[in-house]
Amino acid sequence: MIQLVPRSGNAPLWQIATPVLAVLATMLVGGLIFGLMGYDPVAAIRTIFWDPLFGPASGYSRPQLLVKAAPLILIASGLAIGFRAGIWNIGAEGQYIIGAITGAAVALALYPLEAWWLFPLMVAAGMAGGWAWGMIPALLRNWFGASEILVSLMLVYVAQRVAAWMAFGPMRNPQGMGFPGSRNLQQYPSAANPELIAGTGAHWGVVAAAFAVLATWLLMSRHIRGFHIRAAGTAPRAARFAGVNPATLVAFCLGLSGALAGAAGLFEVAGPAGQITDRIGVGYGFTAIIVAFLGRLHPVGILLAGLLLALTYIGGELAQLTMGLPAATVQVFQGMLLFFLLGFDLLTRFQIRRRITA
Amino acid sequence: MTADVFRATGIGKSYPGVRANDDVSFSVAPGEIHALLGENGAGKSTLVKMIYGLVRPDQGQMFLSGAPHAPHDPRAARAAGVAMVFQHFSLFDALTVAENVALGMENPPPRRELSARIAQVSRDFGLPLNPARRVVTLSAGERQRVEIIRCLLQDPRLLIMDEPTSVLTPQEAELLFATLRKLAGQGTAILYISHKLDEIRGHCDRATILRHGRVVDSCDPRAHSARELAAMMVGGTMRQIDRSGRQAGEVMLEVAGLSLPAPTREGTALKDVTLTLRAGEILGIGGVAGNGQEELLAALSGEARSAPGRILLEGRDLSASGPDARRRAGLLAAPEDRLGHAAVPDFSLTENTLLTAGPRKGLVRRGMIDHRGARRFAEEVIAAFDVRTPGPGTAAKALSGGNLQKFVIGREVMQAPRVLIVNQPTWGVDAGAAAAVRQSLLDLARQGAGVIVISQDLDELLELSDRFSALNEGRLSPPVPTEGLTLDRIGLMLGGAHGMEEARI
Repeated sequence: MIQLVPRSGNAPLWQIATPVLAVLATMLVGGLIFGLMGYDPVAAIRTIFWDPLFGPASGYSRPQLLVKAAPLILIASGLAIGFRAGIWNIGAEGQYIIGAITGAAVALALYPLEAWWLFPLMVAAGMAGGWAWGMIPALLRNWFGASEILVSLMLVYVAQRVAAWMAFGPMRNPQGMGFPGSRNLQQYPSAANPELIAGTGAHWGVVAAAFAVLATWLLMSRHIRGFHIRAAGTAPRAARFAGVNPATLVAFCLGLSGALAGAAGLFEVAGPAGQITDRIGVGYGFTAIIVAFLGRLHPVGILLAGLLLALTYIGGELAQLTMGLPAATVQVFQGMLLFFLLGFDLLTRFQIRRRITA
Repeated sequence: MTADVFRATGIGKSYPGVRANDDVSFSVAPGEIHALLGENGAGKSTLVKMIYGLVRPDQGQMFLSGAPHAPHDPRAARAAGVAMVFQHFSLFDALTVAENVALGMENPPPRRELSARIAQVSRDFGLPLNPARRVVTLSAGERQRVEIIRCLLQDPRLLIMDEPTSVLTPQEAELLFATLRKLAGQGTAILYISHKLDEIRGHCDRATILRHGRVVDSCDPRAHSARELAAMMVGGTMRQIDRSGRQAGEVMLEVAGLSLPAPTREGTALKDVTLTLRAGEILGIGGVAGNGQEELLAALSGEARSAPGRILLEGRDLSASGPDARRRAGLLAAPEDRLGHAAVPDFSLTENTLLTAGPRKGLVRRGMIDHRGARRFAEEVIAAFDVRTPGPGTAAKALSGGNLQKFVIGREVMQAPRVLIVNQPTWGVDAGAAAAVRQSLLDLARQGAGVIVISQDLDELLELSDRFSALNEGRLSPPVPTEGLTLDRIGLMLGGAHGMEEARI
C-alpha cells in the first residue's frame, strides 16, 4: 500500500521552487510528446517559449504578450483573493462574458454619441455585469447553501448562450448585412480601447491589470479585510471570532472577482476583440485559475504567471503556424502546467511511503 | 524484577530540536495504578505512544511481563497485551455501542455473542452500558465507557489511560475509579496520566514524575500534598493564588432570558440563560462538556447574535452587535479551542494579536493594519505573560499548549476589558502556566472588571469564583456562593451523572 505522510519541515523556498520546477517539467514532457509525434522537440519548445519574444517574428508577437496577459492577470488577481478565503469561483469565464456584454451594451445603446465619459461608463457597466453574475452563486450559497463551485461553473454555459443570443439577436450590427456580431467598437472612437503606446500592445486593460496587482497586494498584506480573508481561509472559526461574517465574505470575494473578470471582458470587447460575437469567451476565465495557482495566489506571482501563460498562448499559435503543431498544443501545455504544479506541491508537503501490509 | 508487568530502561526519544524523552526508566507492578505526572511537554505522551507502538524509541528497552516489548504498530502492542484509552474518543456516532466495539477488535465474535460479552464486562466492572444504543445518544462519560470496554475485552495486561476524567462529572469519575480499582484487583497494571493532583493522590499507588523528558522523582503520591507534587513537577515552589483585594461593584453585564437555537446538529440550544455580573466579581460556570459552553461563549463574544435586550454591558444593549463592536464596548472573550478558534495556527503571534486587539489597541486605522504596533503589542503580551517563544514572528501552532494559552489570555487581559469571558482557560495547560493564567484573571477582577470563567475543572472554579452556576443542557442554574460549596453539591447541580442509578445496583 502506498501512503502519503506529511513532511515536518516545510521550507518557504519550495513555495517559489515548485512553480519553476513545474514549468521545467512541462517543457521536458511537452518536448517528449512532440518528439513522439515526429516533431523536433527542441525546435518546438524554442518556438513556443523563445521565438515569441526574441524570434524573427517577435515584432508582431511581443505586443501580443501584454494583450493576452492583461485579462489573465486581471481575472487571476480577483480569483486569488477568493481562493485564499476558500471561496472557489470557477466561473470567471462567465463573468468575463457578461461583463463584455453589459459594457458593450452601454456603447451600443448610445451609438453614435461621442463623449469622454463613455469609456469610463462602459468600464463601470462591465464591472457591474461581472459583479452581478458573480453575486448569483454568492447569494445562492448564502441563502440555500448551494456550492459556489458548481453554480459559478454552470453559469459559464448560461453566459455563453446569452452571448450567442446577443450576437444573433439584440446586439447584431444593423449595418452588418445579416452577419452575427455587434458593431465593431474599435471603429467607435469614444468606446474604443486602443493601444496606448504603439508597438507595446498596452491598452487600458494592461493599466487596469497593473493596478489590480498593486491593489490586491495592498489589500492582502496591509488591509484588515485581507487579513480576515487569509484568516477565513485557514481557520474559519477564528475568523468568525475575529468578527468576520462568512456570508459577507462570500459576497465580497465572488463580487470582487466577478467585477474584475467583467472589467477584463469589457477591455477585450472594446479592444482586441472589437465586437460581441458568440465566441467572445476564449477561455481566459479558466486559464486564469491556472495563473492564480501558478502564481501562488500572490500578486507578484500572478504577474509572472500571467505573462508565462500568455506566452504559451502566443507560442502555441506560432508553433501551429510555423511547424504545423496541433491547435490543442496550448491546452495540453496549460493542463500539464497545472498538473505538475499540483503534483510537486503535494510532494513538497507529503512524502510517499510504501507500507507492506501483513 | 520479572514480576513487573511493564518495565522501561533508559528510554530516549528525540524529535528535531527537542529531546522528548531522556534515559527514562520506570516499572509498573501487577495490580498497580501508576500515575505519570508532568507538565505539558514533559514527555508523558511521547512515552505512552512508544509503549502503544505509535512511536519508536531511539534508545533503551521496554519489557512486558519480562519479554522484550518493541511494538512497531498499535496492533502489535495490543496483541502483546497493551490497551489504551485516549483523551479523544474514536467512535462512530451513527453506529451502536456493539458495532463500535467490534470495529476495534481484530477478530470480532458474532454480534450476539459480542453483545453478551459487553453486557458481562459492563456488569463485572460496574460500567453501565447498553450494547444496542447508538453512540450519538451517549454522554461523554458513557462514550468513555465504550472505549474502556473495548480495551477490557482484549484482557490487557497493561491499560493506559490518558487524562480520562477531563470529560467526567465528579460522580462519573468516582465510578471510573471504582472500575479501575476492580481491574487492578485482578492483576491488571494501569498507567494513569493526569494533571489533577488530587485525583492522583486519591487513587494512585505510585507516581513517576517527569520533567523536561527525564524522570525526576518517583514516589507514593498519598504521602505527599498536592503542593509538594506540583513542586516536583515544576521544579520549584508553586505560586500561591492571591484572591484578596476585590469588591463587588456595580452591575457590568446583564444577560436576560437569552435563548438561541443550536447552531449545528451536534450543538446545544441555549435556554433562557439569565445572569448578572458585577465589577470585581468572578462568576464560575461549570458543566460537563457539550452542555452549551461553546454556545454561551459565542453568544457573549458576538459570534452569535441574539434578540434585542438580551445582553447588556453597563446598560448598553449589545445583543445585535458583532464581535468588533462588543470589543470596542469592552466585552472580550477567549474561547476554549486555542488552535483554530482563539488563534489562527498558521499565523504569527503578531498577526494573531490582530484577531481581537484591532479595535481596542488602535492597531487598525481606517482599515489599514499597523504592523509595527501589532508587533509591539505581541511583544508586550509575551513579556507580561511569560510566553516561551523565540519571538512574536513565531507561528501560533509552533507554541506548546500552555504557552499559546498564556498568549491568548494575555492578549485579552492586556486590552483592559470591562468584562472578560473565558472558556476552559487552563485546559491541557501545565500547573505553572495554569497558576499564572488564574492569577491574571483574579488581578483583572481586582482592577474592577467582571470575569466569567467557564470550565470543567471544578477545583479551578472553586479556587477562582465568587459565585457558581451550572450549565446543563443549555440551561444555567441560579448562582450560589462558592464559599462552603462541596464537590458533591456541585455534582448534583451539574445534573448528576448519566446512568448513575443503574451503577449502584
